Amino acid sequence: MKMAQIVIVGGGLIGTWAAFFLVRRGLRVILIEKGVVGAQSSGVNFGNLRLQGRYPGQYPLSLRSQTIWEEITSLIGDSCEFERTGHLYVATNEAEREKLEQHARVAEGHGLVIERIGRSELRRRWPWLGEGLQAATYSVRDATANPRVVSPAVARAAQRLGAEIVEHACVTRVRRNGGGFAVETDTGLVVSCASVVNAAGAWALSLAEAFGETAPMFAAGPPQFVTEPIPYRVVPSVQAVSGSVIFRQIPRGNVIFAGYPRTAADPVLNRAPVPPQKTLNGMRNLVRIAPFLKSAQVIRVWSGIEGYLPDMLPVIGESATAPGLFHAFGFCGHGFQVGPGVGAVLADLIADGSTDTPIEAFSIGRFRKEVQVSDKLAHEFDAPASSGREE
Amino acid sequence: MAEVVIVGGGPAGIRAASVLVEAGLRPVLVDEGRRAGGQGYRAPARNLDLDMKGLMGTEAAKYARLHGLFASLRERFDYRQGTLVWGIHEKTLHILADGIAGTMPYDALILATGATDRIMPLPGWTLPGVFTLGGAQVILKDQGCLIGNRIAFLGSSPLLLLAAFQYHKSGASIAAVVDTTPFSAKLTALRNLAASPRTLARGILYRAALRRAGIPVIEGATPLAIDGRERVEGVRIRYGRGRERFISCDAVAYGHGLKPETQLAELAGARFWFDPVFRLWLPETDADGRAGPDLYLAGDGMAIGGADAAEASGALAAHALLADRGRPSPGQEPARLRRQVGRLRRFQRGLAQAFAWPVAQAAALPDETIVCRCEAVTAGDIRAAIRAPLGPREVNRVKALTRCGMGRCQGRFCGPALQEIVAAACGEPVADVGRLRVQAPVKPIPLHAASELEQ
Repeated sequence: MKMAQIVIVGGGLIGTWAAFFLVRRGLRVILIEKGVVGAQSSGVNFGNLRLQGRYPGQYPLSLRSQTIWEEITSLIGDSCEFERTGHLYVATNEAEREKLEQHARVAEGHGLVIERIGRSELRRRWPWLGEGLQAATYSVRDATANPRVVSPAVARAAQRLGAEIVEHACVTRVRRNGGGFAVETDTGLVVSCASVVNAAGAWALSLAEAFGETAPMFAAGPPQFVTEPIPYRVVPSVQAVSGSVIFRQIPRGNVIFAGYPRTAADPVLNRAPVPPQKTLNGMRNLVRIAPFLKSAQVIRVWSGIEGYLPDMLPVIGESATAPGLFHAFGFCGHGFQVGPGVGAVLADLIADGSTDTPIEAFSIGRFRKEVQVSDKLAHEFDAPASSGREE
Repeated sequence: MAEVVIVGGGPAGIRAASVLVEAGLRPVLVDEGRRAGGQGYRAPARNLDLDMKGLMGTEAAKYARLHGLFASLRERFDYRQGTLVWGIHEKTLHILADGIAGTMPYDALILATGATDRIMPLPGWTLPGVFTLGGAQVILKDQGCLIGNRIAFLGSSPLLLLAAFQYHKSGASIAAVVDTTPFSAKLTALRNLAASPRTLARGILYRAALRRAGIPVIEGATPLAIDGRERVEGVRIRYGRGRERFISCDAVAYGHGLKPETQLAELAGARFWFDPVFRLWLPETDADGRAGPDLYLAGDGMAIGGADAAEASGALAAHALLADRGRPSPGQEPARLRRQVGRLRRFQRGLAQAFAWPVAQAAALPDETIVCRCEAVTAGDIRAAIRAPLGPREVNRVKALTRCGMGRCQGRFCGPALQEIVAAACGEPVADVGRLRVQAPVKPIPLHAASELEQ
């Protein structure tokens, strides 16, 4: 039997950042990934490091996370294409403008600088935007990075500091072992450890349920589309507050876009196909907001498998039934920005026994009583959303 | 009767349509091309007076017969020219015609999507003036244009001599034909080649005609690089005995045979197997082309077999479709077609052994050589990613981390080379490093294509 202080189950963004911060504190960490690091939700998302419009109670975590993103090159020796591009949140009518205003007040309450932009200024500063836009808010601190490369880069950095990264090993059983745990894999690996981090994304429930607690998680995917490279023009990421479309251009020229509703995903068959109607829908919505892109060609689409919860908030924190087990899963498509911060919080919890970053709202215990269903659930998914359902 | 759709207007698609029409159906024939004929039997642009009889050489009669068959059936099926099928989902084709996206539901589908060039990267292969062998033929047959003033034909392919012969007949100045396959390799494979002596004879005929015209036909040489500053200035090769030679030219037609276009088959639900002779992933079918419920494959898009096999397998797929739907088959008996297709495909397997895909060239490719043209990813980028800690050992993962295969062509051209480079760098058999997955759109579609549709 191998020994470690901490076993991390799941090599996505959460697991790799947790490994990085834990090993930096001198702890012995083994990360076990059933496939390869960063291949699921962490690797296929839009790459937005958006601070505008987040859940109010998540701002301290988000801002802590953004500071880590801003230092990523010095921390892990790789920029992962991090760019402080800014984020433009746009509204097409008065109701949406009002929504922007609400978001802006919350963000400002947490110290974020939000610029309010009227119709004529919008046209002057971003003349390629469509006629139909009425107002926008702009946050200069929002950024983007390349999700495909982040988790592998963080995992390598953790590995250099002494973390052991085990790929292609699926955790089949976690059981109590003295005061700690024994973690077994399908490759015959058995690790004895004091703490376990459950960062298994859409596959996290079985580990929680082994210790008598659960969450109403379901799987879905974020359909993403990309055009061929065209001359670089769009610097900020631009998002319709209605959720119809979000897009950004990378300096090499490709325009990446996405939009609701999300796609079905099957975590058992490991498939998340993008139905062509979703692609057409996204194309139509993008042309509306950015008509200058109408002749650009879509060359590729993809999706992935993400875990969602009905209140559209993640599970972060220590298990209520098994002390020493720490959950961090179900990020509802919003995990990329907070990922590094969650890794740092997990390191606090495990190494210090507590964290200064408020995370009470994300406790798994909240599912013991009736959970309020987010109104996002109605417009971000094809009704009714459920695990593994074919469309 | 149910809606039967055929995708592809080459010999396989046209023959499938003719069998279905004979059986009393009115299929839809969706053709990405503007004119029927596919690639091999491509007809020239309207009002262009090309000597197709001369260009098609020994195949002139077949060319005329196929186009005659198409013309005679034209009113009896629904021909959709200039229509790209870019996606398939839940028994509906997603199409693009005249810049507008649309859908086409089907009950049964015959995919006759043909083949494209297989190319092994080479230093300089992305210089202006380098064309694929198939591309060079398309330009000639479609537009009556030549790819340059002094042309080198380079590679390893039965198409090499044919393309050179066609260019020669069209008055092109040919610098050399460099066949990387040693003549001895062709002899070794002769047992399989003898399965279709007529095709074999055709190759010998072209070779002799080119030599008679004083064109150097070099066999068993290794291509080292295509040289040039702004564009092609020449080709560097090494003879079997080690001497190097520079051949001056301003255009190069380059290729290593054909690979099936299987993207739509994958989207329609076909499963794949690794063919160790072609070293390609091919769709699984039975002898008649059945690839799944209501899904039939035919022609070079199923397995490389050439034009005659394409015609016969198109007919065979149509017969299978009729039989599965309980309809009587007209005329031709499937057993004879099956034997014909089997014999022709065996011949092509022989050719694939003779005109070998240069696996060693992939492993020896200099690091700075571009592999993925769309994304400018080099062989060195791929190898560095694999060597890194936690490096990828599977082609889709290599694609995710290096962008190789992520661009406009979605790996249709760099895919075969990518799998060889990954296999060599990982020290694994090529069958074990995976297969690039497909998502719609299989070819680029403009954003405005969706805007014309009703929400």
